[in-house]
Formats: sequence, C-alpha cells, structure tokens
Amino acid sequence: MGLHYQRRKLANYIALGVSVGSAVFGIVFLFWILKDVFTFGFAAINLDFFTQVPAPPGEAGGGMANAILGTLTITVLATAFGVPAGILAGTYLSEYGRKSKTAFVVRFVSDILVSAPSIVIGVFVYAIMVKPFGGFSALAGAVALAIIMLPVVVRTAEEMLKLVPDATREAALALGAPHWKVTVSVVYRGALRGIVTGIMLAVARVSGETAPLLFTSFNNSFWNFNLTEPTATLTVTIFNYAMGPYEDWHQMAWGAALLITAMVLLVTIISRIIVRGRAG
Amino acid sequence: MRDKFTTKNLNFWYGEKHALKGISLSMKEKEVTALIGPSGCGKTTFLRCLNRMHDLYPGNRYEGEILLDGKNILEKGLDLIKHRSRVGMVFQKPTPFPMSMYDNIAFGLKLMGVKSKSEITSRVEKALKDSALWEEIKDRLHEPALSLSGGQQQRLCIARAVAVEPDVILMDEPCSALDPVATAKIEDLITDLKQNYTVVIVTHNMQQAARVSQYTGFFMLGEVIEFDTTEKIFTAPSNKLTEDYITGRFG
Repeated sequence: MGLHYQRRKLANYIALGVSVGSAVFGIVFLFWILKDVFTFGFAAINLDFFTQVPAPPGEAGGGMANAILGTLTITVLATAFGVPAGILAGTYLSEYGRKSKTAFVVRFVSDILVSAPSIVIGVFVYAIMVKPFGGFSALAGAVALAIIMLPVVVRTAEEMLKLVPDATREAALALGAPHWKVTVSVVYRGALRGIVTGIMLAVARVSGETAPLLFTSFNNSFWNFNLTEPTATLTVTIFNYAMGPYEDWHQMAWGAALLITAMVLLVTIISRIIVRGRAG
Repeated sequence: MRDKFTTKNLNFWYGEKHALKGISLSMKEKEVTALIGPSGCGKTTFLRCLNRMHDLYPGNRYEGEILLDGKNILEKGLDLIKHRSRVGMVFQKPTPFPMSMYDNIAFGLKLMGVKSKSEITSRVEKALKDSALWEEIKDRLHEPALSLSGGQQQRLCIARAVAVEPDVILMDEPCSALDPVATAKIEDLITDLKQNYTVVIVTHNMQQAARVSQYTGFFMLGEVIEFDTTEKIFTAPSNKLTEDYITGRFG
C-alpha cells in the first residue's frame, strides 16, 4: 500500500518535472530571440530609419521607410483580398454546406492549404502573375499572402460560427427570419469577436512571411507608389541585408527585425485582449 | 372552442427512424395543450412539426396532414417564413440573440416590416409588460440580453415571440433549465398568454401540465396513447399506460 503510494507520488513528480522543463525550454528560446532582437535592433532605430530610403551600398545612414510602406501596403491588400473570401467560405461551411460533400472537399483542401509551404505559394503566384504580366509587383505579393491567409481565415470563421448554438439559429428562424438574415444579423454578431481574432492572427502570420515575397514583390531600394512595380518589404530587406557584406546592413536588418517583431507582437496582444473581452 | 391546429394521421421520419406514428389530435384555440410522456416518446418531435422546424435538417420526412385553421401546412409551396411568423416558438434553453434586450424584441418586429421607431418602441414595451419583465429591466433595455438571469432570458424570449403577435406559441420544456421561482413566473405567464394565444407546451413535469393546461396528450414510443382534458387525464385516465405514467410507475 505504502510502496504503491510512493510510486504514484514519484510518477507525479516526474510528470510535473518533465512538463515544466519543456515549457521552460520553449520560453527560454522565445526570450532569447526577443532579447537579441531588442538589443541589436534598438541601435539601428532612429528617425532616419522611419523616414529615409536605404543608402547606396557602402555609404552609412539611410532608412527603411520604403520597406515599411511596402509591408503595410502588401499586408493591407492581402487582408482585403483574403479576409472577405475566407469569411464567406467559412460561412458556407458552417451555415450552408455543413455535412455536404462540397463542404467536406472545401474543408479538406483548406486543411492542405494551411500546411502548404509558403515558398510553394510564392512560386505558384510567380507562375500565374509575375511571369504572364512580365514583372514583380506589390499586387503579386499581396495575392501570395492572401492565399496563405485564406485557409486560416476559412477555418477560424467556420469554427467561430459553429460556436453559436443551433438553438439560437432556430429561434431566429422560428420568428420567421429568412436564412441569410439569421446569418447576418444573429450568427455573425455572436461570432464577431472570434472572427476578428482569427483575422488578426492571420494578419500577424503573413506580415512575417518572406519566402513568398521573394518570388512576387521582390525588392526595391527606392520609394515606389505603383502597385505593379517591385516593392520593398521589411522581411525581404532583412533577408538581403543580413546576407550582405556590410556591417551597417546587418545593423539595419536587426532594426527591421525589431520593427516587424514589434508589429506582430502588437497585433497578437490586441487579439488577446479581444478574446479576453469575450470571456468576461 | 374551435380547433386551431389539427393533425390527421401524422407520421414523421428522421431518415430511417420512424419517430411519429399516426398522430391525430386537435389543439383548441386560446387554450393551453400540454404534451407529456417519457424521454424519446416524440413529444418534442411533434411540436417541431407544427412550425416545420424539421425542414432545416436534411433527410427528414413528413406524411399525413397538419391543419392550421383548416389549411394543410404540409402542402408544397407553403411560405415557411410566413408560417413561422404565425407560429412562435420558445425553446428549452433560453435563446437570447447576442444583442441588446431591446434589439432582441425589435428583431422580429423589423422582420415583419415595422419601420416606425415609435411603434417599435411601444410594441417592445407592451411585449415586455405582457411577459412580466418590464419592471425588472426597463432601465437597462440597451444592455446585452446575455447579462440577464436564465429566468429573465426565458421571459425575454417569450416576449420576443409574443411581440410579433403570432396565432400560436409552441413551448419546448420552457422551464426545464430554470429554478422554481422562475418556473412559477413563467407558468403564471402561460396562463395569461392563454387569453390571446393558442399555446402548445411540451413538459417533463406532470404537475406543470396539470397546473397550466386545459388539454393534455400523453405520448409514448411515437404514438399518442391518450388525449383528453387535463382534468380527465390526471384524475380518471382511461388508459392503463397513462395511469401508470402519471402515478410515477415509469418514465
């Protein structure tokens, strides 16, 4: 009896130790990354960083203004393309298709798409947009990011809509509401917070993408206000500068890394706050 | 009293499962009809036939007739939206919409095409007074309906159903998720509603059926075993099964 009890206690300590250890292991790396990004990045951040375009190779100074604008433009455009389509597809799955064969296929395909390597999507958009239209562009970059966002938004929208109880739908229908009205006025309202959170997480995810942009929006050392021209982004600039031979390029890459990390962190924190609002 | 709802040899299938077998009964206008019986006997299934709620899910099939004011509602071409606005429903768990208390009730009115703001406001007030909720919430009508207690939410749902002035109100165990005080309030409310509406209520609680209804139907295994005035069912049932059930020998 006593021995048996001792063994259970020991097993409990081992399980607790292993899980705490694993959690600490993960968190250590996260903070290590954050510490490096902040310590190396802060040195590069100054007013020029936000207002100037990159200096020519070998010269000191310059900034990331064009890349900041490029990242914002491409992310906003990708959201505008990907989110409405994603929400509507999620609505189809949850409100109309449900257990139908079409819904099954859509669900299956979007699950595959979620795990598709982003570089493959970059190559795909290269083949359907960059090649035929004869050049890299912000638009192509936005389409690539929209394709990456799409399955994430579809599945989150579906899951959030499904959380609205069927009884609520039935109650609205029992009042004589048509199906579309039930969806728009009752179900969307119930799922709003969850859907917004899903969108923000999808935005956070794509704003850190690099590989698909290498094939689509490429890069640019100057200001560019034309959506059909190659456009600089923070992530691609980090890639180029970090690989470059100059010390001040490395500095700038750290700065850009800090900025993009801060942006993603901010979006994630905002979505956390929204979720907490729902629980309370 | 004339018959409001009448079913003639109504059969219903969930896919292959034959859930209702030849149900023929009548629900009188401006009376409360209670449906009782053990779990899985088909009473809720029957109730949901009356507003064709089963049409939402694929594979369900009706056979026979359901007459509302003499017109068969199972006929093809019935305008379901219009039909459901004539036959309101209150569910087992309160189903407030994720919006303010006021908007919950205004929702149905707007669906009916009521546009004038003052008319909506006055009808919201009337519905809340009719469902004995007005005094409790009149100062916070624009707060979320989900902030109400369970019993208040259920009365709000009744107010929402009443606001659009249907002919019939269906209630599917409306008190099963509520405490005794809230239950008593809803039972009082049902008695008041009887003056203007035909009420059909499914209940697990036999005392409740005895308290609120004038007619009672006893269901078992998808069939109506006995249908009569509530007084007769509870004092002198003619069927042995009914007697066993109401005296608590099974169920």
